[in-house]
Amino acid sequence: MKIKHSIIIAEKQCKDMLKNKTVLIQFLLFPLINIIMEHSVTFDGLPEHFFTKMFAVMYLGMAPLTTMAAILSEEKEKNTLRALLLSNITSIEYLVGVGGYIWFVCMLGGSIFFITGNYKGYEGIVFLGSMAVGILISLLIGAVIGTWSKNQMSATSFTVPIMMVFSFLPMLSMFNETIRKVAKITYTQQISLFLNQTEPIKINIENVIVILFNILIVSILFRYAYKKYGFT
Amino acid sequence: MGLNMKSVIKVSNLTQIFFDQKVLQDINMDIFSGEIFGLLGPSGAGKTTLLKLLTGQLKPTLGTIMVLENDIRYLDKMIYHKIGIMMECLGLYERLSCYDNLKLFAGLNDVPKDKISQILQKVGLWEVRKRSVAKLSKGMKERLAFAKAIMNTPKLLFLDEPTSGLDPSNASSIHDLIQKERERGTTIILTTHNMTEAEKLCDRIALLNQGSIVECGIPKEICLKYNHQNKLRICLLDGKIIELPNHSSSAKKVKEYLEQGCIQSIHSTEPNLETVFMELTGRKLRE
Repeated sequence: MKIKHSIIIAEKQCKDMLKNKTVLIQFLLFPLINIIMEHSVTFDGLPEHFFTKMFAVMYLGMAPLTTMAAILSEEKEKNTLRALLLSNITSIEYLVGVGGYIWFVCMLGGSIFFITGNYKGYEGIVFLGSMAVGILISLLIGAVIGTWSKNQMSATSFTVPIMMVFSFLPMLSMFNETIRKVAKITYTQQISLFLNQTEPIKINIENVIVILFNILIVSILFRYAYKKYGFT
Repeated sequence: MGLNMKSVIKVSNLTQIFFDQKVLQDINMDIFSGEIFGLLGPSGAGKTTLLKLLTGQLKPTLGTIMVLENDIRYLDKMIYHKIGIMMECLGLYERLSCYDNLKLFAGLNDVPKDKISQILQKVGLWEVRKRSVAKLSKGMKERLAFAKAIMNTPKLLFLDEPTSGLDPSNASSIHDLIQKERERGTTIILTTHNMTEAEKLCDRIALLNQGSIVECGIPKEICLKYNHQNKLRICLLDGKIIELPNHSSSAKKVKEYLEQGCIQSIHSTEPNLETVFMELTGRKLRE
């Protein structure tokens, strides 16, 4: 694997994304809503930085997933991915280039939550670490959808329900016990529980196991999708 | 033709099956260094499938394909440094500029950046280098895709319907670019259903029909081979057309016309590629 190739792909992605408003808005939407809500909504009994924690989880479940799926499916539909693969680039170099770039941009968005949540020291590191892992899993899910889909239209039909489940389950589980039980198996809920601890944040074995299990499942799905459909 | 008779592509007993259907069957052919080889046939004949097999995008069901002495089944990705491919769907990034598109592929092929400017000038896109691909005309996009394909100075250049849907002026500019590449010594394999293009550009052609090669050779020789009539067609000044056998027995008659000064033109009656294809398959090339 040549890192130089991945950097070239990331550079291409950066230029392309700046001209792609539909993708660009994914990165700005939740951080902006969060800033507005944090500064405009206050009432008695509202937990500290409630909106930051809620929107951060929504953001990591939504932005990387939809972006990765959209980019991959668009490249397949327009045959640009085929052109890349016929230019001496490997699938892994491509994935690292695109995925690495999206991960980086999402982490920039995550840093806005970091600032509005007023995280410091150990809590700050744990918050960013959770975001990093959550974004990575969402990227993998997006890659599975993108690989599975022939074109952008079919990718969207997969992306919307999956993204809704992962993004909104943590919020909905606040209001319903049954949803809470089901949501426990998702990485977004575990990250949400992790970030919403009232005591100083402690790494819980259940959080780690569920997150690792999610990574395992998504990796298996990606391997299957890649073997079956490939990138072209 | 001045060709170096070294085979750069060798296809032996190639059969390709998709969903129990043979899309290519028993293809055998050699493509030699420095020639322009045309794959000619109507839509659905198997031209693009064959091109995808030759470029390693598909793996053959049966048979072998050797490209630059590499078995396509075990293709080393490094071979793409020596190959240029212009696909029918051009594979360009619509939101990026012409320059950025070429810069991307130059980077992946270790091509120095100053070559991008040279190539943009060569294909006549220097003036619009900052324009996004989405805003280019179809002809410009084709030229940009051609520039992308020749960026790495390939030994082998694959062109899939390079002038499809272009007006004569744009098609002609692509033809000129292809000729320049040939002069550089590049072996070129192009698919087309345009017989005029094939006759103009190709040293040799293979006529494909329903997945099989029905004829292969030099276009002129193929036409002569099917010249069953073998007659001379004489157009007289008064508009009359007279056909005579292409034989010494006609010499006296031709001499008479010449002496009378009434001949406007003399042609042989060999068929064109379209007619040959019709004779062989009962189908038209543009079907």
